[in-house]
Amino acid sequence: MTIITILILLMLIAAIAAAVFKDLLNAVIALCIVSLINALLFYFLHAPDVAMAEAAIGAALVTAIFVIVIKKTTRYEE
Amino acid sequence: MRKIISILLLFILTAGFTLCLLDIPFGEQKTKVGNYYINNGARETGAANIVTSVVVNYRGFDTLGEITILFTAAIGLAAVLGHPKKNKDPQPKEPASLIVYTGYRILFPFMLLFGAYIFIHGHLTPGGGFQGGAVIASAFILMYMSSKDKKINPTAVKIIESLAGLTFVGTAAAALTLGRPFLSNFMPKGEFMTLLSAGIIPVIYIAVGFKVGAEFSGIIHDLTGGN
Amino acid sequence: MDFLNNYIYYIGAFGLFFIGLYTMLIKKNLIKIIIGLTLLDSGIYLFFVAVGYLHKGTAPIISGHSPASEKMVDPVPQALILTAIVIGVSILALALSLAVKLYQHYHTLNIKNIKELKW
Repeated sequence: MTIITILILLMLIAAIAAAVFKDLLNAVIALCIVSLINALLFYFLHAPDVAMAEAAIGAALVTAIFVIVIKKTTRYEE
Repeated sequence: MRKIISILLLFILTAGFTLCLLDIPFGEQKTKVGNYYINNGARETGAANIVTSVVVNYRGFDTLGEITILFTAAIGLAAVLGHPKKNKDPQPKEPASLIVYTGYRILFPFMLLFGAYIFIHGHLTPGGGFQGGAVIASAFILMYMSSKDKKINPTAVKIIESLAGLTFVGTAAAALTLGRPFLSNFMPKGEFMTLLSAGIIPVIYIAVGFKVGAEFSGIIHDLTGGN
Repeated sequence: MDFLNNYIYYIGAFGLFFIGLYTMLIKKNLIKIIIGLTLLDSGIYLFFVAVGYLHKGTAPIISGHSPASEKMVDPVPQALILTAIVIGVSILALALSLAVKLYQHYHTLNIKNIKELKW
């Protein structure tokens, strides 16, 4: 089991967690984990520009926008 | 009922995609266009970063379309959310903790400097306008998180964004006045691997960096109930 | 095991795609649907960059350590995905602004209760 296989399995588990959690803040944090592991995989595929863009946009801006919107609407799923 | 139909749809899609993926080998040479850009890109444009020369020079029109999409999304968001009503349920404003406020005061100028470094050196190292703009927007998010009464000036941000967009289109159209095609590289190429090289690529990426940073800051300002 | 080593990137990318698509079809909260849209986008980005990979290639940047005579990976998919990431986040911002406005009008985010179109 190489390290890339373990990372992809972790990413899939985090994606399933983002789909299943009922507390929306927990789901957003799982989405942030998916973005970070995605940025790391872009580095392994020899693409530094795309890794930098995904880390800056996916892990910082998307999470911040989601948290601001969750604060203005409901927090739990029902 | 809805669950069963959707799971059936997903199974059919999985079977279709598996049949397609067996024909795409992993790690083999597939196209010829990439070879041409790798062999001739550095000599024709003068940039050391081949992805930058593809984004700005060979496919510059796609970047212009992307700037338009960003601009339209920011305008749409300001039109939907730009007129906040009076607060019907005022929440008690509690100040942020001391760690966040002190961290903001120490880190804010360094984050701006780092973002500017990324988009100025876009043609030499990995980076460019979009990554630098996102880092600058993260600095402004930190400012909004740290204290409730620090806001950006929305008029100044909109002026910066419009001027940066005008610089991009003006540089692209200035090539037309010299008799060359739209968005072609008309400035001198300079010496390879120095800061002032590669024609119009640094100028365009500086404009893109300012525009993207100002745009995302305006989006955050509108989402947190701007006034 | 050789099959797994070669195709693990494709399996991961399409796993993300299907989890995102399932979330968009089944769930009833509007913000959960938008989270599914983001997962779907991330899967497509990973697939696209994995298609342009070459064995024993390096990053497409010419520097002092890698002269211009080495084998480099394909730069065209990376340029396209750079554009797509920024477009994805701008669409996300617009969708979330519409969700906020819907909540201010209906006071709920359950899509079964938001049906007052005037036919």
